[in-house]
Amino acid sequence: MLQIKCPHCGVRDEVEYTFGGESHVVRPGPSIDDAGWSNYLFNKTNPKGVHFERWCHSFGCGQWFNMARDTVTHEILQVYEMSESRPVLGKEAST
Amino acid sequence: MKGYSFLSLAKNALSGHKNWPQTWRSPELKKHYDVIIIGAGGHGLATAYYLAKKHGIRNVAVLEKGYLGGGNSGRNTQVIRSNYFWPESAAFFEHSLKLYEGLSQALNFNIMLSQRGILTLAHSHHELEGMRRWANAIKINNIDSEILSPSEITDLEPRLNIESRFPVLGGFIQRRGGVSRHDAVVWAYARAASALGVDIIQQCEVTGFDAARQKVNVVHTSQGDISADKVSIAVAGHTSVVAKMAGIRVPISSVALQAMVSEPLKPCLNSQIFSPTIHVYAGQSDRGEIVIGGGADGYTSYAQRGGLALLEENMAAFCELYPSLSRLKLMRQWAGVVDLTPDTTPILGKTPLDNLYISGGWGTGGYKAIPAGGDTMAYTIANDKPHPLISGFGLDRFESGKLIDEGAASGVAH
Repeated sequence: MLQIKCPHCGVRDEVEYTFGGESHVVRPGPSIDDAGWSNYLFNKTNPKGVHFERWCHSFGCGQWFNMARDTVTHEILQVYEMSESRPVLGKEAST
Repeated sequence: MKGYSFLSLAKNALSGHKNWPQTWRSPELKKHYDVIIIGAGGHGLATAYYLAKKHGIRNVAVLEKGYLGGGNSGRNTQVIRSNYFWPESAAFFEHSLKLYEGLSQALNFNIMLSQRGILTLAHSHHELEGMRRWANAIKINNIDSEILSPSEITDLEPRLNIESRFPVLGGFIQRRGGVSRHDAVVWAYARAASALGVDIIQQCEVTGFDAARQKVNVVHTSQGDISADKVSIAVAGHTSVVAKMAGIRVPISSVALQAMVSEPLKPCLNSQIFSPTIHVYAGQSDRGEIVIGGGADGYTSYAQRGGLALLEENMAAFCELYPSLSRLKLMRQWAGVVDLTPDTTPILGKTPLDNLYISGGWGTGGYKAIPAGGDTMAYTIANDKPHPLISGFGLDRFESGKLIDEGAASGVAH
């Protein structure tokens, strides 16, 4: 069970949250071609190591926030606001 | 390859079972191969076997980071079925089921196929209506499928509690569906491929590629650099990781899918039951254990272990359906890393690099597809064009928008 620290409510169990996939994905402009649009819609970084991702505290405050988590160890490295840019972490990959 | 037979069993019994030959060779890694397949799970080994058997390409290596069949091939719940909605999926998975039906004979290895039926339950009138549409679509695709009433379900599964919190209002069954022994399938393909000259190299991890002019020229491995005319990726949950080494981004999320077995019982369940709504599936193995599975964990993961929150959900659903089994103890619980695609249809065929092929995105349903995945990928690699059965399964469908949305059509029990 992950224990996630919501920036507004504090530490709660994983079951209160919803995972929202990769964060910091930028929607391309209207001139994008099919390949670029497909890359935006479907392709994932899906790293083995640190993943920058979105979570929502669905059964709490209902707010979205960002989180850096290791996908191998499940260690939560940083929780930060939606408006913040991707942080630079000392540890970028566990493998 | 020396065949297994009653005669060979008798002969080896007389000599105290001390002279059985090795099941497959353990050769040294060569410097060059016609085809390198990354991943010695069911799909990689089946591809190598059909390359050698049907296309005469025998200078093939199957590279495995760990040990043979140690990934998802040994972590699944062994279910085989072809009850899909869309014609493309139906044709492909039915081809697989038919190959499974003849596999013990074709490979001279008992895969313990048991076609006990796959029973899918409906818990509401709307779901039952949807299921009628689904079952009829399966019939139109010329695959067996039959709607069952609650009393027919009780006749088949007397222990099932059809008056549960979400009552069972009906269901449908594919009687040709069932289970087989997953280790046996992997060993059978490994033995047959090895006998045809395929080199299976275990403890050999691929660490990178040298790619130039749209081609993979060198494969870096933990046992040294090798070259190949063609390279194929069959690494399940690690598809994104290996594809990235070749500079390719794929529409895949890796998540942990868990399963568990109980202590063994005398035979008490007759078929494999699935409940898409309360999200659990269960059956009894030939050893008597109740094998239970459910949904995948809700976040990306490369850890081969499942979360306790989901395990609790699975068990709550199981105990509601089988109250008489609620006091069983679980013996083991494990997880495999599965590679989910947006439409839950696999990705098979060519890649942006000319001599690199991919077999991935199997998600939660790769085991049932092993024979057809191997057969069609061998054709694709040998002829450098997609096999007709997988022409719609290519990476290009995400650009053209021609998705095969089996996730929406036939639900979560995939």
